[in-house]
Amino acid sequence: MAGPRVRVQHGAFDIGQEIADLQAGDPRVGAVCTFLGTVRDRNAPGDANAASVQSLELEHYPGMTEKSIEAMIDEAHQRFDIFGARVVHRIGVLAPTEQVVLVVVTSAHRGESFQACEFLMDYLKTQAPFWKKEQTPQGAHWVDARVSDDAALARWGIEAHNA
Amino acid sequence: MQVHIKYFASIREALGRSGEAWETDAGTLGALRAALVARDAAPEHPLAEGRAVRMAMNQLMCEEDAALTPGCEVAFFPPVTGG
Repeated sequence: MAGPRVRVQHGAFDIGQEIADLQAGDPRVGAVCTFLGTVRDRNAPGDANAASVQSLELEHYPGMTEKSIEAMIDEAHQRFDIFGARVVHRIGVLAPTEQVVLVVVTSAHRGESFQACEFLMDYLKTQAPFWKKEQTPQGAHWVDARVSDDAALARWGIEAHNA
Repeated sequence: MQVHIKYFASIREALGRSGEAWETDAGTLGALRAALVARDAAPEHPLAEGRAVRMAMNQLMCEEDAALTPGCEVAFFPPVTGG
């Protein structure tokens, strides 16, 4: 596996390269699962049919972010029979359709990769110190946390009290 | 003891600063939070009781009953919204 397991960066990433780096020519790998999160142009529940988000600004807590995601990946290795996992998260100002977050997991069979990928995203949503601010025609506002994200983590037996 | 405090996102904006070093005799994170609110005496303080505030000590998520240690790094921030 080439490169660090966790990266926080301003720039975009190349998914093909990230997969190749994580797979690292390991012939045991039979499944690679990726999740790519991108910037939506709408967010609030009442806003489902109206494009209102002009850009998204992401702030984080340097140091704690990397540590917390490293711990999540350790936990994923404990729970699932996976070979490797990598998380890349962007910060700064991003426009609709741009990449925000990438999770890549490798395993022998698809089930473990699918599960670990979802587990990592559920964990990250409620436990990694990132904050989103939306720019809209009405001004800028901080995005509210969702109770549904806490519920998603609870499915894995982990209690979250974020939202 | 001295603690190093960091603020993020809406809390950082509301307080107008990203951090500070502070000498305190508070024993817990919750007591520190209350002491900061009392010190600033600002209306609508972002750390006031009832506000959605999440906390970390030495870069680990913690609850209000976590005991402070000399020189520790403490952070106050709103619920996280990454991913």
